[in-house]
Amino acid sequence: MSFSSLGGRLLIPVVYLAMLSAWEGLTLYFSVPSWVLPAPSEILAAGVEWAPELATNALVTLRETVFGFLLALALSLPLAALIAFNALARRIIYPVLLGLQSIPKVALAPLVLLWFGFSEWPKIVIVVLVCFFPILVNVVAGFDAVPKSMLDMMRSLGASQHMILRRLRLPAALPALFTGCKVAITFAVIGAVIGEFVSAQSGLGYLILITTSQSQTPVAFAALLLLTVMSVALFYILEYLEKRVVTWSP
Amino acid sequence: MTADIARSDVERAERTGTGRPSVPVIHLRDVIKRFREKTGREVHALGPVDLTIRPGEFVCVVGPSGCGKSTLLRLIAGLEAASGGTLRRYGQPLDAPSHEVGIIFQEHVLFPWASVLENVLLPADVLGLEKSAAQARAWRLLEMTGLRDFAHHCPQNLSGGMKQRAAFCRAMLADPRFLLLDEPFGALDALTREELSLELSRLWDELGRTAFMITHDIEEAILLGDRVLVMSPRPGRIEADIAIDLPRPRSIDTAALPRFQEIKNQVRHLIFGHRKG
Ligand SMILES: Nc1ncnc2c1ncn2[C@@H]1O[C@H](COP(=O)(O)OP(=O)(O)OP(=O)(O)O)[C@@H](O)[C@H]1O
Ligand SMILES: [Mg+2]
Repeated sequence: MSFSSLGGRLLIPVVYLAMLSAWEGLTLYFSVPSWVLPAPSEILAAGVEWAPELATNALVTLRETVFGFLLALALSLPLAALIAFNALARRIIYPVLLGLQSIPKVALAPLVLLWFGFSEWPKIVIVVLVCFFPILVNVVAGFDAVPKSMLDMMRSLGASQHMILRRLRLPAALPALFTGCKVAITFAVIGAVIGEFVSAQSGLGYLILITTSQSQTPVAFAALLLLTVMSVALFYILEYLEKRVVTWSP
Repeated sequence: MTADIARSDVERAERTGTGRPSVPVIHLRDVIKRFREKTGREVHALGPVDLTIRPGEFVCVVGPSGCGKSTLLRLIAGLEAASGGTLRRYGQPLDAPSHEVGIIFQEHVLFPWASVLENVLLPADVLGLEKSAAQARAWRLLEMTGLRDFAHHCPQNLSGGMKQRAAFCRAMLADPRFLLLDEPFGALDALTREELSLELSRLWDELGRTAFMITHDIEEAILLGDRVLVMSPRPGRIEADIAIDLPRPRSIDTAALPRFQEIKNQVRHLIFGHRKG
């Protein structure tokens, strides 16, 4: 390993460590109360102490996020195909969907609660709502972006619509599908937390709400950290899948 | 090696004038194409065009940009419907694409998600041809075009000329009787273009198919064609139909023949004379 690459690799952890130390030092120096801004050491201690609660609640949030995301995927794909391949459906459905998309999902949360009651469903439905549009819009764009010359080539072979879909449009739309999914998965975590803020007896969002109201801010920070890690991890899982599946894009 | 891929029979005999007269591959009469643009304005893109292509002929088309060459090719391919006139393919009304016709587009349009071999095998997949026979044929075509060692590569890793060769293999896989080429070498550099057009000439002599090729290179048209059609500016009509009586097989030396230069001047005058007048 050359010096510069070693230096490059070390640089990032060193910067992070410096930032954490500065945080630790400043909270000590100004003696900031821990219920306002806990020092990293306090967050770590709280994280260890509350590990079982953090784990069970993280699992709840993860389940809502992943389930809602998959449900959104399953719903948006057929609809995207319908919009992409049927001019009438596009004219009727697409404007309505774009209109719905512009409604802030946070504002819908109380309504969703009203309709779906106290269960895990309101949270899943909110996740579906926030994930649905990025996936749909990107997949429609992906279907639309199939080069005309490739379509002509398939038609010149006398390929049926079904064959064109399977051999050309689906693979051609895969990069756009992954783009949509990566946008959606980060929204999904946010959606789950919004749902938990509005109504929940569990989940990391719920834990943050409860612990801050009880001035147990270090635990809230630990939960926040866990949310971030979850969000980033889900994103990278998708990116890994994308690299494995979409081997052709530069 | 290429014996089983060649159509050495009737079509070649007809090219040399020894066979029986038969149904033309393509017969167009008074064919017109108008496009309606999004603004509602009508564009008269082509015609009226009369054209007969006989089995075994290699017909080249040259003409100014935008004169409707691609439109003519798409009509012949059945990818576009004519606005008027009658079109026949092998004596039958021409209203849809046929697997008997292979097309090579200006851009190679290979699927980036499939290997070269999978791309070449696409027609077999679409047409439901027998797998092992198609495989064997694909390998023979890759061998002929020097792509054997690249069969499992992705198309992105191929040079422009190799991509176009792969597109040629794909077009030939379903054993088309008739090949349509829309500026197949247009996107390539001059050296590769000359190399590939000589190669196409050789392959065509070997395989004996009927072909219809658009090009913007007059020398290429004369080097490859039995006939060169010169089209007028839009709306394109066939202004001249020049028989190329140069001996076959053609090679790099063909371009040095006095007759070649003579024909070239004739075509140039037909094209550029138009610009002045
Ligand atoms: N789908 C279409 N809609 C509207 N106009 C079209 C369409 N396709 C072609 N045209 C018009 O028809 C005319 C002929 O087009 P065409 O592509 O056949 O020309 P070309 O001779 O192949 O040109 P080039 O040498 O540049 O490839 C052009 O004026 C073009 O704008
Ligand atoms: Mg063209």
